[in-house]
Amino acid sequence: MIKYFKPFVFILCLWPLGIIILDIYYNNLGAEPVKKIMNHFGEWTLIFICLTLSMSPLKRITNLSFWIKFRRMLGLFVFFYATIHLLTYIGLDYRFDWEPIINDVLKKKYIFIGFSAWLLLIPLAATSSQKMIRILRHNWKNLHRLVYVIAIFGSLHYIWLSKTIFFKPLIYTAIIVVLLALRIKIKKRDVNYG
Amino acid sequence: MKKIKFSEITPEKIYLNRRDFIKKLGLSTSALMIGQNFLNNAYASTNSLEPTEYRYISTYNNYYEFGTRKSDPVEKSQNFKTEPWNIKINGEVENEINISALEINNMFESEERIYRLRCVEGWSMVIPWMGFSLSKLLEKAKPNNKAKFVEFISVYDPVQMPGQKYPILQWPYREGLRIDEAMHPLTTLVTGLYGKKLPNQNGAPLRLIVPWKYGFKSAKAIVNIKLVEKMPTSSWMRSSPREYGFYSNVNPNVDHPRWSQASERVIGSGILSERIPTQMFNGYGDEVANLYSGMDLKKYF
Repeated sequence: MIKYFKPFVFILCLWPLGIIILDIYYNNLGAEPVKKIMNHFGEWTLIFICLTLSMSPLKRITNLSFWIKFRRMLGLFVFFYATIHLLTYIGLDYRFDWEPIINDVLKKKYIFIGFSAWLLLIPLAATSSQKMIRILRHNWKNLHRLVYVIAIFGSLHYIWLSKTIFFKPLIYTAIIVVLLALRIKIKKRDVNYG
Repeated sequence: MKKIKFSEITPEKIYLNRRDFIKKLGLSTSALMIGQNFLNNAYASTNSLEPTEYRYISTYNNYYEFGTRKSDPVEKSQNFKTEPWNIKINGEVENEINISALEINNMFESEERIYRLRCVEGWSMVIPWMGFSLSKLLEKAKPNNKAKFVEFISVYDPVQMPGQKYPILQWPYREGLRIDEAMHPLTTLVTGLYGKKLPNQNGAPLRLIVPWKYGFKSAKAIVNIKLVEKMPTSSWMRSSPREYGFYSNVNPNVDHPRWSQASERVIGSGILSERIPTQMFNGYGDEVANLYSGMDLKKYF
């Protein structure tokens, strides 16, 4: 069943990209299209982080290993949308004008932490293949725990860019905190599970 | 860059036809003896101050009284009651004034003023406001010699303004200007836009426009103008003093802690258009720079 399910989920994961392409085509992006595209992909990156982090708790709760089969794909979509988000900022918004971009990265803490999160995603994406799992052995698991740090950085990125205390960034942060807290429990109960 | 000044106002229908606009502007101004040099400037300024489409001006708003999303004001303000509406001008004045928005509209003739509005978030629009210099109204109240600052207090009505049910900012919204800024002819009390009555989402029935300052300085739905001796604390200063200063002049050299202010996106210019460099005092330096001579604008941001 998983054989048919995976391609279906893959196509579903492309939906956020599809929406934007349609919106561009129909000129539906409103007053600040660049900002809208940037925010759209930023938010979807956070959603995919939450989805990725949900898989092992779901496995535990439902007792089905089925969920784990999607984890890598969802994780790669995190990298995919984070990269488009970053490229929108660098390419579409700032036209590869490096001076203000470097200035932003160094001076604005929300950009610094967002950029750091993206950098941390690179080794994870690069070691996602079966072959790398074999080569890295138990180091692979440790390396991929970086996703916890990335998740926290991602939510801070959203909180810090907000002008006042807004609802949405706090919701994402709460979800991420719960998903991370669930792991502490998992480890306490099943020492072998790791 | 030269701006269109209030003295160079054209009839409201000009925005419907740009060519017609330029022709009329040329005729009326040459009739007004201003000369060739000005005509060139006026031409240049109409090119760079092409009004933003009405649909963007009226749907993309920061007006947290109605909610924090850009679309909240237009969606949630349509039933907002702007009549009757009374405004009090008091404090350090010889002549306290209680007046309705209607009376103000009848007493002062509104003219079209095309100004760039630069938001602190890094975007700008060009808006054909209808309004008149605030100084005309303030003069009627006769500020006394203790009047050093002017405080603007917006309406507080959480029943009609759903955003005011949340402590996003301290309500009612407060803003302030130094008295010389308030008396400057560019400082405008706005009654309309695009030749029409001011839409609710843009701050009806009366709002301020201070074109050389970031947009949040321009208080909306004003009910009280208070002349005071001490510098008032604005809602944004109270919310985050590190990020929002009293002056908040548009200044590409002073970054907001979270946004670079060196450039801006032009609303409605499309997905592929570039950012444009932000100008000192939003391009109104010729008119207002002298208000700040000798001041360290990095310190007094």
